[in-house]
Amino acid sequence: MLEEARSRWHPIAAAHDLPFRHVFHGQLLGREFAVWRADDGYVNIWENRCLHRGVRLSIGINDGRELKCQYHGWRYSNRTAGCTYIPAHPADAPARTITNRTFPAVERYGLVWSSEEPRGEVPEIAGLAEGKLLALRGIAVNAPADKVVERLRAYRFQPNGAIDGEGADILVEAAQDFAVALRSRASSAETQGVFFVQPVDSNRSVIRGVLDQEAEGAARIAILRHHNERLSKLRDEVERDVANAPAPAPLEPVYERVSAELAEMPEVTTHGRKAALRVSVARKWQAADGIAGFELRPIKGILPTFQPGAHIDVHMPNGEIRQYSITNGPGETDSFTIGVKLERDSKGGSKCMHETVREGDVLAISEPRNNFPLRRDAIKTLFVAGGIGITPLLAMAQALKNQELAHELHYFAQGEEHLAFADRLKHLGDALKPHLGLSPDATGAELRQLLAGYRNGMHLYICGPGPMLEAARKIAAEQGWPDSAVHFEYFKNTNKIDDSSSFEVALARSCVTLQVPAGKTIMQVMRESGIDVPSSCEQGACGTCVATLIEGEPDHQDVYLNDAERKAGTKIMTCVSRAKSARLVLDI
Amino acid sequence: MMTKCADPVILNLWHPVGAIAEAAPGAVQETVLLEERLSFAVDADGEPVVWRSRPDVQRADHIPPADRLPAISAYGYVWTSLGSPPAELFPIPEYQEPDRRKLNAATFGVNVSAPRAIENFLDMGHFPYVHTDILGVEPHTEVKEYDVEISVDRDEILATRCRFFQPMASTASDGGADVDYVYRVPHPYCSVLYKSSPVDETRRDVIAVFLQPVDQEHVRAHMLLCVLDEDNEDKVIKRFQQTIFGQDKPILENQVPKRLPLDPRAETPIRADKSAIAYRRWLSQKGVTYGVIPAAA
Ligand code: FES
Ligand SMILES: [Fe+2]
Repeated sequence: MLEEARSRWHPIAAAHDLPFRHVFHGQLLGREFAVWRADDGYVNIWENRCLHRGVRLSIGINDGRELKCQYHGWRYSNRTAGCTYIPAHPADAPARTITNRTFPAVERYGLVWSSEEPRGEVPEIAGLAEGKLLALRGIAVNAPADKVVERLRAYRFQPNGAIDGEGADILVEAAQDFAVALRSRASSAETQGVFFVQPVDSNRSVIRGVLDQEAEGAARIAILRHHNERLSKLRDEVERDVANAPAPAPLEPVYERVSAELAEMPEVTTHGRKAALRVSVARKWQAADGIAGFELRPIKGILPTFQPGAHIDVHMPNGEIRQYSITNGPGETDSFTIGVKLERDSKGGSKCMHETVREGDVLAISEPRNNFPLRRDAIKTLFVAGGIGITPLLAMAQALKNQELAHELHYFAQGEEHLAFADRLKHLGDALKPHLGLSPDATGAELRQLLAGYRNGMHLYICGPGPMLEAARKIAAEQGWPDSAVHFEYFKNTNKIDDSSSFEVALARSCVTLQVPAGKTIMQVMRESGIDVPSSCEQGACGTCVATLIEGEPDHQDVYLNDAERKAGTKIMTCVSRAKSARLVLDI
Repeated sequence: MMTKCADPVILNLWHPVGAIAEAAPGAVQETVLLEERLSFAVDADGEPVVWRSRPDVQRADHIPPADRLPAISAYGYVWTSLGSPPAELFPIPEYQEPDRRKLNAATFGVNVSAPRAIENFLDMGHFPYVHTDILGVEPHTEVKEYDVEISVDRDEILATRCRFFQPMASTASDGGADVDYVYRVPHPYCSVLYKSSPVDETRRDVIAVFLQPVDQEHVRAHMLLCVLDEDNEDKVIKRFQQTIFGQDKPILENQVPKRLPLDPRAETPIRADKSAIAYRRWLSQKGVTYGVIPAAA
């Protein structure tokens, strides 16, 4: 019976067990759950065990968007249960696949339902209309579910209208393995009560009763008390029934093992330019002058976990592929919101998004990739955004805001009407510092001022048009910001790529040597010989195609690496960079 | 006689059962080690006697020598063994230094396996979250690279170059700074930590945790301090360590499963857990089965 029980839906909590920002400890068939409602209303039912070191997540902190583990502060996202941040390693983006086990959640009849491996739907109970019900207080019983059901068949209660009377007629309308439906009648009053029995463990159950009528005020309290008393008595009887029988052995939950790569703590691997997901355009709107906002919802299932700074590739109807940063705040996992600026000299990417794509259209996107990870261990973080460069920084600022970490978002734009995503900006409060209508010189002066006063432990994130980004980096360096504290992301690589050299590339792990002729990139040559290379922008801006360089002198042509990284000579962007030496050895 | 722990590695170790300073001479104390009820007493010279509890014997000098368990006194505690223990306990040379204060800071019962408690002791990443404002504070959460080795000749784990940001790192300076730590695991259920001394920057305070395995999922944790502190009263020093321990206890008691899983795929390690990974591997190599969930062969 227990095996069959695993494929059924059971109530695991009453809806009122999930108040604002609470984490409820649930249990079903020996398996523990951490159950929490995010501020957007979504009910999360997760394995009650942090993937890191096994601490119960039911003692974690629900911040409304994410659940934070008490032991080392790992953060797990609403809905996806993916880990978004590992504080011990602030500079790393956690592997997206660190995802806790989730179980389905359905709210019905004032109860929260779940199942280990559900077959079918939550039971339809004729007579229990949604919304007009009264969920009783759960009564825990130290006995197997079938013994509780047995006793419940003979449960006697008064109908709501005659709660103080005695001797109501009780009719057993239905009785199943885990539920009994009873109807109580006394003169003109009549109430249906459905009593579900949640099998907590082999020898523990919870009776979750639902009445088909609501009540208010004193009447409600009287009804709740009536059932509480009678069900408590019933509990004592059942416990007496089973007192002499040996208790069945507790059920041992089987924990899934983590994947082999996660156990090894590998580098994140993502492959090719693949459009793994289908989304529909749920909303398209003017997010600012010249900027269209798109809200992309999954066609089915849920979207994968993203981190602030992450971008997606959008595959457009005209065949173009473009990268857009996700602007969402933490835990906003029901859709991805991106902003697309109409580029005057658009080759068709932004133009297509602005002119062709409409609400309801289906687009293919890649999984989110994060090559612009946000540290959250800064004593203060400064964001400098220029124009559409706001998008990744907006996601970041919302994350820091949620954790109450010190930050300022300096947003340079031509004018008020160019500030995108006003609704999101509004929530940032005083941290938002708009700088409007400044000339390049005035911008420089402003940057010089706000980048003064660097202290050890501060971090700077810059995103915007090339010239502004260059200026900000230069000024930061002049003001004493070390390379390691300055993080940036270019939209595109405006450098003229010189692909006239030819050289040899040896792939150390694959034991092959390839010739890269003039006019072809390392990436192209590798792909031609069947090697899977992850990529996204393919112009040296996004950092997805990075490879580790073991030997040889690189000819960096990307805009992803900073000066210190260039000098170190241990990384190379295979989509644009080449060799100054006759040979490069890559760790591939 | 049948013992309840069948793990020869653990049976043959020395285990602590109580602090000498807290034992009135001659008074018999009852305790549990590896699911066995034991009695012990310390005589006026500090010599310990340990035996399997029996109703007919209420005094140490009534127990025939043949029925006594091996017993030594070391680092302020009585140690015993249910098997054939090694001649010597692992060394803590600093314990002999005359100018150190030595005290049992606390003996705490915790509902967790000994190996989980050792991992917690080795773990710096939890300082800002569990020991907020004392051993760590947000946003200073980074666990910087450190070195771990399993020293073959000493058969112990050694983690060096460990640094972690601590608010109020020393009494001399306000404001936080990185504090240096060295961790040793010289015994499957014992660990020794060396931490920069706030009073003498050339030397290190020594804090050790000796776990008495009551059963696979319960320990009594004995915490030894061996510190350079001349000013504070014992009471103050103890209270500090008890605060720290009281913060760890609810976390430890909420780890599932309680026994430490040795399967590398049971949990998700990160670089900060290097010392724990080495510890799990070391336990596997030794063939320890008590207090752990061994990896499937
Ligand atoms: S156990 Fe949850 S963060 Fe480490
Ligand atoms: Fe701790």
